[in-house]
Amino acid sequence: MSAPTTTPHREGTAGGTTPRRRRRGPRTWLAALPLLVFTGLCFGIPLGAIAFGAVTRTDPDTGATRATGEHLARSLQGPYLGSLTGSVQLSALTALIATLLGVLIAQALVTSRSAALRSAALTASGVLANFGGVPLAFAFIATAGISGVATQLADLTGLGWDLYSFTGLTVVYLYFLVPLMVLVTVPALDGLRPQWREAAQNNGATALQFWRHVGLPVLAPSLLGGFVLLFGTAFAAHATAAALVGGSVPLVTLKIADALSGNVLTGQENVALALGLDMILIAGLVMAVYLPLQRRSARWLR
Amino acid sequence: MFRSSARRGAAVLLSAAALATLGACGAAPDQPAAGDGAKGKAQPATAASAADLGGMDALVAAAEKEGQLNVIALPPDWANYGEMLKAFQAKYPKIKVSSENPDATSADEIAAVKSRKGQKRAPDVLDLGIAFARSGAGENLFAPYKVTAWDKIPASQKDADGRWYNDYGGYVSIGCDAAKIPTCPQTFADLLKPEYKGKVALNGNPTKSGSAFGGVYAAALANKGSFADIQPGIDFFGQLRKSGNFIPVESTPATVEKGETPISIDWDYLNAGYAEQFKGKGVDWKTVVPADGVYAQFYSQAINKDAPNPAAARLWMEFLYSTQGQNIWLGGHAHPVLLPDMTQAGTADKDAVTKLPQVQGTPSFPASTELDKAKAVLAEKWDKALS
Repeated sequence: MSAPTTTPHREGTAGGTTPRRRRRGPRTWLAALPLLVFTGLCFGIPLGAIAFGAVTRTDPDTGATRATGEHLARSLQGPYLGSLTGSVQLSALTALIATLLGVLIAQALVTSRSAALRSAALTASGVLANFGGVPLAFAFIATAGISGVATQLADLTGLGWDLYSFTGLTVVYLYFLVPLMVLVTVPALDGLRPQWREAAQNNGATALQFWRHVGLPVLAPSLLGGFVLLFGTAFAAHATAAALVGGSVPLVTLKIADALSGNVLTGQENVALALGLDMILIAGLVMAVYLPLQRRSARWLR
Repeated sequence: MFRSSARRGAAVLLSAAALATLGACGAAPDQPAAGDGAKGKAQPATAASAADLGGMDALVAAAEKEGQLNVIALPPDWANYGEMLKAFQAKYPKIKVSSENPDATSADEIAAVKSRKGQKRAPDVLDLGIAFARSGAGENLFAPYKVTAWDKIPASQKDADGRWYNDYGGYVSIGCDAAKIPTCPQTFADLLKPEYKGKVALNGNPTKSGSAFGGVYAAALANKGSFADIQPGIDFFGQLRKSGNFIPVESTPATVEKGETPISIDWDYLNAGYAEQFKGKGVDWKTVVPADGVYAQFYSQAINKDAPNPAAARLWMEFLYSTQGQNIWLGGHAHPVLLPDMTQAGTADKDAVTKLPQVQGTPSFPASTELDKAKAVLAEKWDKALS
């Protein structure tokens, strides 16, 4: 009797777990469905439209659409290529500087004992990180432009300062990139446990050795993550640059705006889409470096 | 694969059009008018002149019946457009004018026509840069319509079929804040002087802004270039940039008032407008049309072929090209296209004419091919010359 009872019982347990397991898969998947649908609609459709427009052309006379590599080729030549490299240079440089400055400021905040300073700095960072566009450009024009207040008081022009240049644009970008970096680094620095430092000290390590062998390796992926975020932010910025430097610092976002919506160039829409596709590819490449490293750091920073 | 997708796209468009038609039927009051049309008179949507509809009174009646006019890209502070809209509204109070996206560009306007095809919100009339007027006509987006004053518009300033025609324009001019600049520059050659270091700006990026493009074209003419050869203009700005005279910030009313762009190359009607706008604010804005680089450009009007309010669209055009409408542009310091004729007839507002910046010589216009070539060269070379 016992055998038949246990066997069904066992089967029951097994049968009970297996369907439950099977069901758990679809159920969790169902929970993610709204997100997946949202992502598919809001990112998939535009991406598809960009890709389609970048590789096709519709003849205005006949209305026939045919495939062509012409737009992508043009987006990688002459001034368009120049704008892509210009954007990458500016984004990489500003992201690098902002990463360094942001980490130093964040470390100062984390080690500072003043809770008021910390919350004030974080709040300010939250506001400043979102201060961009034309208002930011005009704030800089009024402060550090040729007839700006600071320029006049400190005779910055005599010192070689020019707001409307690559350097000027770098400084303006840092204004919102550094606070952004502070925001994303503070949690990571908080995750660096004091016990690790104490252990290192007990073993006779200097501060430099601690950072070299423990601190930076653990932080590296989140720092890199911050860098990637800053790079993306700078890469996609448009309005500030448009108001400040027009066409004199070639940037890909400005080129896309010129081609897509202007009063001068006609019939350039598909080249703009091709440039957009190039931007997505560059962002994808940067992300491809970041993601594997991010997975490594997740083990430590919890 | 692409072809089938295109077909699918066409199917979507068709169904959208079908829906829009249904919507139009739902909005029914237009339908009886279709019956009237069948009896003899033309439909507003196909009328090529006011006479086709049975004269101005019939046009006004048809437009008032529609009761709506959608305009786009008309900035109130641009060539007196604010006054234009107000005057139209005052004259035809039964027609509700909805003005959308005043700061849109020509490319935005064309995009709105295409993407809203068949919708009630589509723009009825368009104010376009000449290149977009030509390309839009090529794409068959505009309805041919000849306003009453059609014959008075010079042949070089209109499409022979009446799909677009020039409306108002102006000359490239140098605006200068005499309160900050001891001697204002009078010519393009003057701009190279060291005393104007860090002071000369354009209204935008010439690959995007029509007026900045005009500035480069005028500079080319001033430096032994021609309509077929814009390169000297690009070189000129390259030289200005190297000497530090040129600042790339886009001149706007804000930068003018702030004094950041004390010398601004822009259309004369905008520069002359700044003088009034900033009088008494510490800005003494003087406008001069440089004698060495005289370049005029006109904007064009067109009617959306699928205008949701075809009669109101045609009435708006009649209003723009009436003496009243033309004088309103004149009041905004712009040169209306009928000005020569109105001067002869004595109907031009004399006060406004005397306030126009002085110009020597008569304007000439680049041919379509010359314009296309100049733009291609500019798009290719501008970045390099400036960076």
